Amino acid sequence: MKEELLKKLQQITEQNLLDIEAHKEKGNHAIGFYCLYAPTELAVAADAIPLPLCGTRQAPIEAAEEVLPRNLCPLIKSSYGFAATDTCPFFKFSDIIVADTTCDGKKKMFEIMNDIKPVHVLQLPQNQDTLISLPPWKAEIEKLITVLEKRTDRPITTEKIKNAISLMNRERRAKKRLMDVTKAKPSPLTGMELVEILFKTGFFADKEKGIDLMNEISDLCHKLIEGRESPYTDKTPRILMTGVPVGLGSDKVVKVIEQCGANVVAFENCSGYKQTFQVDETKDPIMALAEQYLSIPCSVMSPNQGRMDMLKEMITEFSVDGVVDLTWQACHTYNIESFHVSKLVQDTFGLPFLHLETDYSESDTEQLRVRIQAFLEMI
Amino acid sequence: MISAGIDIGSRSIEIAVLENGTILETRKSDTGFDPIGQAGKLLHDLKFDSIMATGYGRTLFEIEQDAPTVTEIKAHARGALYFFPEARTVLDIGGQDSKVISMDPSGKVSRFEMNDRCAAGTGKFLEIMATALGFSIDTLGDEAMEAEKDLIINSMCTVFAESEVTSLMARGENPREIAKGLHMAVVKRAASMLRRVSAEGPVVFTGGVANNPCIARLLAREIKREIWIPDNPEMNGAVGAALIAAENCTFH
Ligand code: SF4
Ligand code: SF4
Repeated sequence: MKEELLKKLQQITEQNLLDIEAHKEKGNHAIGFYCLYAPTELAVAADAIPLPLCGTRQAPIEAAEEVLPRNLCPLIKSSYGFAATDTCPFFKFSDIIVADTTCDGKKKMFEIMNDIKPVHVLQLPQNQDTLISLPPWKAEIEKLITVLEKRTDRPITTEKIKNAISLMNRERRAKKRLMDVTKAKPSPLTGMELVEILFKTGFFADKEKGIDLMNEISDLCHKLIEGRESPYTDKTPRILMTGVPVGLGSDKVVKVIEQCGANVVAFENCSGYKQTFQVDETKDPIMALAEQYLSIPCSVMSPNQGRMDMLKEMITEFSVDGVVDLTWQACHTYNIESFHVSKLVQDTFGLPFLHLETDYSESDTEQLRVRIQAFLEMI
Repeated sequence: MISAGIDIGSRSIEIAVLENGTILETRKSDTGFDPIGQAGKLLHDLKFDSIMATGYGRTLFEIEQDAPTVTEIKAHARGALYFFPEARTVLDIGGQDSKVISMDPSGKVSRFEMNDRCAAGTGKFLEIMATALGFSIDTLGDEAMEAEKDLIINSMCTVFAESEVTSLMARGENPREIAKGLHMAVVKRAASMLRRVSAEGPVVFTGGVANNPCIARLLAREIKREIWIPDNPEMNGAVGAALIAAENCTFH
């Protein structure tokens, strides 16, 4: 049954490019996004499809290195490489790119990417103090509205933003519900399945289709849980993965962890649980968006207490046996933040902790394996 | 019951055979290009009831011989506890990697760090430097202990250190002092790994590099902690694996 749903996911994925094309042929738009900070609601409010563009594959990295330094985060190189080689259909579809000044590598890369396609960069504050950071951030969002209105030639009315918020809230609720099925012990899904589902539904042109499918998968999972059907046993080590985003093509650590007999039950990262927030539908919509998006706990924020809070909640709720903190090579913010994460996991929770630094290539798989096995032996 | 442990490293293979906690026999050879073939040669006339493999070649061995495996982290922790029941911290510097392990009183690993990505701070590093200095690897440590003054080597990377050595030689520096500087570079690296993983208490020092007297002495001075070295420090992983093999056996 699970196989059937995964097949359906694959079918929609294949159909998806045609859906986007059809949508665009009707005179509508597609807008590419990097990072979580820019509100995709605004694209939806302009009748456009928001497309997540963060690069998760090794293939275009070589080309990117002709322009970018080698010792740069693979996510940045992959993102740029896709654009430079024109090999990402979603980048191709995007009429405009919306990005933010998150980490140093990304924001400087966007300056170069702008030569390929217009990139509108939001100045993201590096601190979540509402008094100091919220007003300029809200102004950035207001500016984005004008930019998108101009590019799409659609008025972005308050009404449309409100509707978009409620749609995206529904999507995020469906996503959270799906990610929460792995709270069951043993979990009905493998970490690799979860990565695949989250990754593929992210590109769906039709949000409703995505929501329906995620709900269908969650329903099925709840049935599996009732019937105690799982690829695992009660004894399978349950791992929480935190740190940098992971998608298809950059999932090798998840793969190795699961090959070594454990189950990655939760992802505290921006491809996972960081996407589960809700935008307040009772407030002024622009203010609500500004507040909610500013509070996303990515390591580019200083301090970043929100991540510690999320970790505390998830470690307990998902009954995890150990935490793996993943850092992409040359990502300073996550690399340094690992110090506090290790303290939280080891000292407060007394759980085994493993910090891994790697890139998208397969060259260090065996070295990762020995660390992961030794980490699992600690459980 | 008799159990064996085999530690298939990237440079050498060690085997230890134990009976009820007593070492009956140990064997060692170079890994060469055919680790499984070499392992087979070492094992062929040995008798044992169970065997456990560890080291980077463990998975290959698992496939070939259908033997269970354990990581070198756990094996070294277990081995260190065998030689020194009070041990809480292990530093292992082998031919091509180094690691620090800290364990709780029951011997369970609680933290570890590993460097197996580059030769910096490993046996390989010292070997290459011995060649560059014209010393034999077996006497490098003794030569370094003869040095009269301290000389600082800045490069940790093997390639850069080699050229730094060449230019120091060209400047007429004493090779023994250069050798001591190189030992100090290895020690500094090990010391910072130790400080990150384990704060205090004696350190069990294992792996081939533990045979080098200069490293052990400089390390004790640098970290101001006791250093305990087993008799046959490169056998530690194999002994640990043999013990785990015995403990895992259901019929005892
Ligand atoms: S981790 Fe932060 S900077 Fe990196 S992609 Fe996610 S939101 Fe952007
Ligand atoms: S992983 Fe780190 S370096 Fe890479 S884009 Fe995200 S924050 Fe920047």
